Amino acid sequence: MGVRSWFEGWPVYRQLTGTDPLGRGAASKSAGSLSLTARTDTADSVAKSVCPYCAVGCAQRVYVKDGQVSQIEGDPDSPISRGRLCPKGAASKSLVTSPLRQTTVRYRRPYGTEWEDLDLDTAMNMIADRVLAARDETWEDVDAEGRPLNRTLGISSLGGATLDNEENYLIKKLFTAMGALQIENQARI
Amino acid sequence: MPHANSLYGPLDPAPDAGYVDAPPRMGFFTDTSVCIGCKACEVACKEWNLVPESGRDLLGMSYDNTGALTANSWRHVAFVEQPRPAGWATPAFLDTPDGPPVSPATAEVAAHTSTDTGTYPGLPSGSPGAAARMSGGSEFLGMPGAHPPGRGSGAEGRTDFRWLMMSDVCKHCTHAACLDVCPTGSLFRTEFGTVVVQEDICNGCGYCISACPYGVIDQRKDDGRAWKCTLCYDRLGVGMTPACAQACPTESIQYGELEELRERAAARVATLHERGVPEARLYGHDPDDGVGGDGAFFLLLDEPEVYGLPPDPVVTTRDLPAMWKRAGLAAMTMAAATAVAFLGRRP
Amino acid sequence: MAEAHPVGFQWVMEAKRRGAKVFHVDPRFTRTSALADGYLPIRAGTDIALLGGVVRYILENELDFREYVISYTNAATIVTEEYRDTEDMHGLFSGFKEENASYDQKSWRYAGNGQNAATRDTETQRETAAGLEHESHGAPVNGQTERDETLQHPRCVYQILKRHYARYTPEMVERVCGISQEKFLELAEAWTRNSGRERTGMLVYSVGWTQHSVGVQYIRTGAIIQLLLGNVGRPGGGVMALRGHASIQGSTDIPTLFNLLPGYLPMPHHSDHPTLDDWVDSIRHPGQKGFWGNARTYGVNLLKAYWGDAATAENDYCYGYMPRMTGDHGTYQQVLDMIDGKIKGYFLLGQNPAVGSAHGRAQRLGMANLDWLVVRDLFEIESATFWQHAPEIETGEIVPEECRTEVFFLPAASHVEKEGSFTQTQRLLQWREKAVEPPGDARSELWFFYHLGRIIRERLATSTRPRDRALLDLNWNYPTHGPNAEPSAEAVLYEINGYEVASGRPLSTFTEMKDDGSTAGGCWIYTGVYADGVNQAARRKSRHEQDWVAAEWGWAWPANRRILYNRASADPDGNPWSERKRYVWWDPDKGEWTGYDVPDFEKTKPPSYRPPADSSGVAGLAGDDPFVLQGDGKGWLYAPTGVLDGPMPTHYEPVESPVRNPLYRQQANPTRKVYTHPINTLNPSPPEEHSQVFPYVFTVSRLTEHHTAGGMSRMVRPLAELQPEMFVEVSPELAAEVGLNHLGWAHLITTRAAVEAKVLVTDRLTPLRVDGRIIHQVWLPYHFGFEGLVTGDSANDLFGISLDPNVLIQESKVGTCDVRPGRRPRGQELLDLVADYQRRSGDLGPHYPPQVTTDVADSGRDPEV
Repeated sequence: MGVRSWFEGWPVYRQLTGTDPLGRGAASKSAGSLSLTARTDTADSVAKSVCPYCAVGCAQRVYVKDGQVSQIEGDPDSPISRGRLCPKGAASKSLVTSPLRQTTVRYRRPYGTEWEDLDLDTAMNMIADRVLAARDETWEDVDAEGRPLNRTLGISSLGGATLDNEENYLIKKLFTAMGALQIENQARI
Repeated sequence: MPHANSLYGPLDPAPDAGYVDAPPRMGFFTDTSVCIGCKACEVACKEWNLVPESGRDLLGMSYDNTGALTANSWRHVAFVEQPRPAGWATPAFLDTPDGPPVSPATAEVAAHTSTDTGTYPGLPSGSPGAAARMSGGSEFLGMPGAHPPGRGSGAEGRTDFRWLMMSDVCKHCTHAACLDVCPTGSLFRTEFGTVVVQEDICNGCGYCISACPYGVIDQRKDDGRAWKCTLCYDRLGVGMTPACAQACPTESIQYGELEELRERAAARVATLHERGVPEARLYGHDPDDGVGGDGAFFLLLDEPEVYGLPPDPVVTTRDLPAMWKRAGLAAMTMAAATAVAFLGRRP
Repeated sequence: MAEAHPVGFQWVMEAKRRGAKVFHVDPRFTRTSALADGYLPIRAGTDIALLGGVVRYILENELDFREYVISYTNAATIVTEEYRDTEDMHGLFSGFKEENASYDQKSWRYAGNGQNAATRDTETQRETAAGLEHESHGAPVNGQTERDETLQHPRCVYQILKRHYARYTPEMVERVCGISQEKFLELAEAWTRNSGRERTGMLVYSVGWTQHSVGVQYIRTGAIIQLLLGNVGRPGGGVMALRGHASIQGSTDIPTLFNLLPGYLPMPHHSDHPTLDDWVDSIRHPGQKGFWGNARTYGVNLLKAYWGDAATAENDYCYGYMPRMTGDHGTYQQVLDMIDGKIKGYFLLGQNPAVGSAHGRAQRLGMANLDWLVVRDLFEIESATFWQHAPEIETGEIVPEECRTEVFFLPAASHVEKEGSFTQTQRLLQWREKAVEPPGDARSELWFFYHLGRIIRERLATSTRPRDRALLDLNWNYPTHGPNAEPSAEAVLYEINGYEVASGRPLSTFTEMKDDGSTAGGCWIYTGVYADGVNQAARRKSRHEQDWVAAEWGWAWPANRRILYNRASADPDGNPWSERKRYVWWDPDKGEWTGYDVPDFEKTKPPSYRPPADSSGVAGLAGDDPFVLQGDGKGWLYAPTGVLDGPMPTHYEPVESPVRNPLYRQQANPTRKVYTHPINTLNPSPPEEHSQVFPYVFTVSRLTEHHTAGGMSRMVRPLAELQPEMFVEVSPELAAEVGLNHLGWAHLITTRAAVEAKVLVTDRLTPLRVDGRIIHQVWLPYHFGFEGLVTGDSANDLFGISLDPNVLIQESKVGTCDVRPGRRPRGQELLDLVADYQRRSGDLGPHYPPQVTTDVADSGRDPEV
């Protein structure tokens, strides 16, 4: 920055030479204000999304900068929500970027009093072991009259209404194939 | 060039502040008759402007747990429970076996609530008597506080009830005292006619706080700087709607050119009057009022005091020229008196 | 609606701006009431009495939309001679079987040969929540019915309805609901006046309505009114369910429910459905009309989608692989089984039963008695930390060092960290693009289940056991991508949509499905969402660039149809009922149905078409049968089968009520699902003694600022501060009676729990005069728990478990309690307090109110005495 431009950038100079002699407007703009822009404008990408809270289905635009969500707001194109959001939908960025979010696997061993860390692969294998063991221990081939049952009542699952259709489909498909019947979700609360 | 009377009276503030070819003045029209009190505005504002938490306290002021506009709450939804008829509805509790209304008494209890928001002056400490009167509505004549809630002596049933909600915000005054008293040039007028604190300039002197006739601007204790609604200056610059108005589900908060908003508001008042809501009125729309009209004005369903708004705000710098004159005169008088005294001592 | 679905409420405000009148019925004055033209405070649990009053008002004053009613509903249909009404039987219908408290529905059927003579056993239907199957179609009946279109026949549905509701007078509404006659009449007049050719009225409910022991009948009553007024299948009409989770509709359509398979096919039952043919034949009725007649096709396509090449005609498409139900395997039965040690492992997928389900203590004790628990969530919710922080730690009921449950917490990906579709409350599928990668170990459910399945299949690869065939033959080949090997959600959507097996071509509509194994499709009602290989749910054509129906935004099931049964928006001749309400109509020049929406009718079947006498299925639908998924093509004012607690809704008191039923001797729903587990004790209600120990009615619901059990709101800073504490709303009158102070503490007590809350005394609650008595109601939000930024006792802990018989949804919107000032006691003293209330209410042990009370006359009250 040359001395001249430095000098011209000085608010007092602008105030004295410009249209704002009282220094209440144009002449008072700070460096921050002069370079200000909406962060939605400088986002690297925008994903078209849907609010995760209730079932109205308000459309959201998710703005991303440097691999992080920088803003979430309503999509004005939506015929359902017309760009509007309620306080929960408006808090979606705080939801997904919350520092309280748990991002590692936690494990509580039987009779344990504290959480422990666990590797995700290990956890997946331990869960698979337990599913197979529970299934074998509680497997029912037929009923008292010899009619097929093909099932286990040793395994339960609850939840699905906050998840995607595709996820619900795989959950039901896998559990049905392993004979687990006791699959439930929020439709019954 | 500055207007001859640029501290008072009607004015287009952006050209007055030196903007050549300024865009039209932009503002908010908040129509409280369609507000559902969802607080989407409060949250959308915080999300966009990265405003910190303002405290997790149950205030007991109906569903208002924000309490007031502070450095950490740039939108604030007020809730007023009143034993008054809602113009558009039949009496809420017709023929239910209930006693006298309790809203004024509970408002009085809630008014004692004052909690540390981490800002200064933060939540006002409250005025129980005034809160009771507000909750009772403009027709309320009773003396609250004589009985605990519900233990009034009257046998009369409460029939009418209404629940007013209003999203309050910085008014972006035509004559903004905060701006006029700011010694650092941190507070400034934007090309859209709005009033914004520049956080890279503010030194936390706090002069603006006592200058605001609405009690809007407030300081954060941790960094000392003053903060308030910017009318999303950064969004306006790229042609976007402010975050609160963008989120508002029922178009209670409308953003646009102030001239157009004023026309829309006048039409809305007329419609409400036709529909049997005679108490609908505008607040802050009049360029001839004490602040030269607000950039953010409101449609209210009761007296402004009921919502915690000053009935007749006046820019605190209105009398500055006269004060300067008077101060000058006083100084001269003082000088003269001194001289007289000095002279008078002469034998 | 303003309270729990604010953005949806913008359309109510839009309607209001155009002159619509809005009425709000709620036990407490809410943010919706504040904007309504009329507010009716109601005693919780009495909605059928109110709506039944409206039905009577319509019928007595002949205000029904007669032309619509005659042509499109079953008003003219004749019912069998054996039918007896609640009028004759103190509140029971004919066919009641005391031994298992269920109805034999034979006497309810339509007159005529072959009418649903053989239906599935009703007790089995209750155990398996069979009512849920009817979310996409009616119960099976023969399409050929006897009708009297003069509506004069004493056994026609119209006359039966009239008699059934004769006693639901304005006086009775006032007596039962506590709503003044003046207010009731204002509602009834406005509703009827704003319905007809030129106008339509809409009924909107939130799903608290389903959370009653008579929940299904609540909604049936609303549907009866809307049918009588001609408000179904027309723009601005209908019964709108406002559901509370982003894809709760999707998770019912593609169910994670024990009793359903995708597309509302029933999960096989061991005795009813031993073979594929039995299964298919039980879900359609021989001779029935409409599209549900193709049930076999839908079933075969699902099996083919599940088991691919292994599913052949020779092996009944692997039907034998399916697990079989033997009874009730629902979530509440599971919890009681957990307490009894019968269940080994439990997955929680974005659900928090420790706070969100009825009887929280039972939920937590159940979780504490498992071998292992897998919690997949964004946050460490209460259901993940019950072993550390549950209230039962304080009372000594759970001791961490003695609790064996092994807990795995697996962090989940959020909605912006995965792609996939949600189905919102109007059946609209909307695709979400992925914005960012999930953090750390967080993964989607798609990832978790795909890889869990992969690992399990690898473990079993060499197995020769028959039980493992279903897993090994499973069609489980989804392409994966990215560093985490994320399965392709679009590939799953393609399978859900369905495809031609030989060519892989995606199907465009379910009418392309074949029952010979040449097509496969995971959910027949979703067929078309991937038509032409295009993800139709991802469509985002701006509302500014299309008409108000906005058919190119997302995709609605079925067939991208936005209003179901929209044939009814035209008159029997196919013309719009009025210009104002023009929507779908017959174009005689082109010889086809046309309009703003996809017509819900065969495109070229003219209004004048009358089927041959012996035809069935789709061919059996006449040109004026708009209800194309009903066995008789008509909207049902009267349900001759399929609804387990009666062909018409009847007011029964909630299971826990402070008053004797003013309408009938039968107090509560006699067919409700009862669990007599020792933990599930219930408060006594009239005609039992000691009901006065719990004199107050409590109800719970949502606040705008929070979401369900709080897992997505109490953990989020800008929401937590807006409603930072558990509170209870009480009227000033109750505050005076009990001695409660604004912002002071109170605690509520039932035979299950005591829960404390800060007191908000407010004019928004009012006592009601019910049957000559003053009844006080209190309200609580149910969002709070012991984890998160803001905490508090959980309101759902107060409830016992009593379920609706049709769908096994619990009564968690109304119960009785006592209210006392101050905080609740801690530790052992808390248990002592609850035990003391149990003792005072007459039972030291668990208590269950009787199901049938018709033998107890209530002198002076019973209108039949």
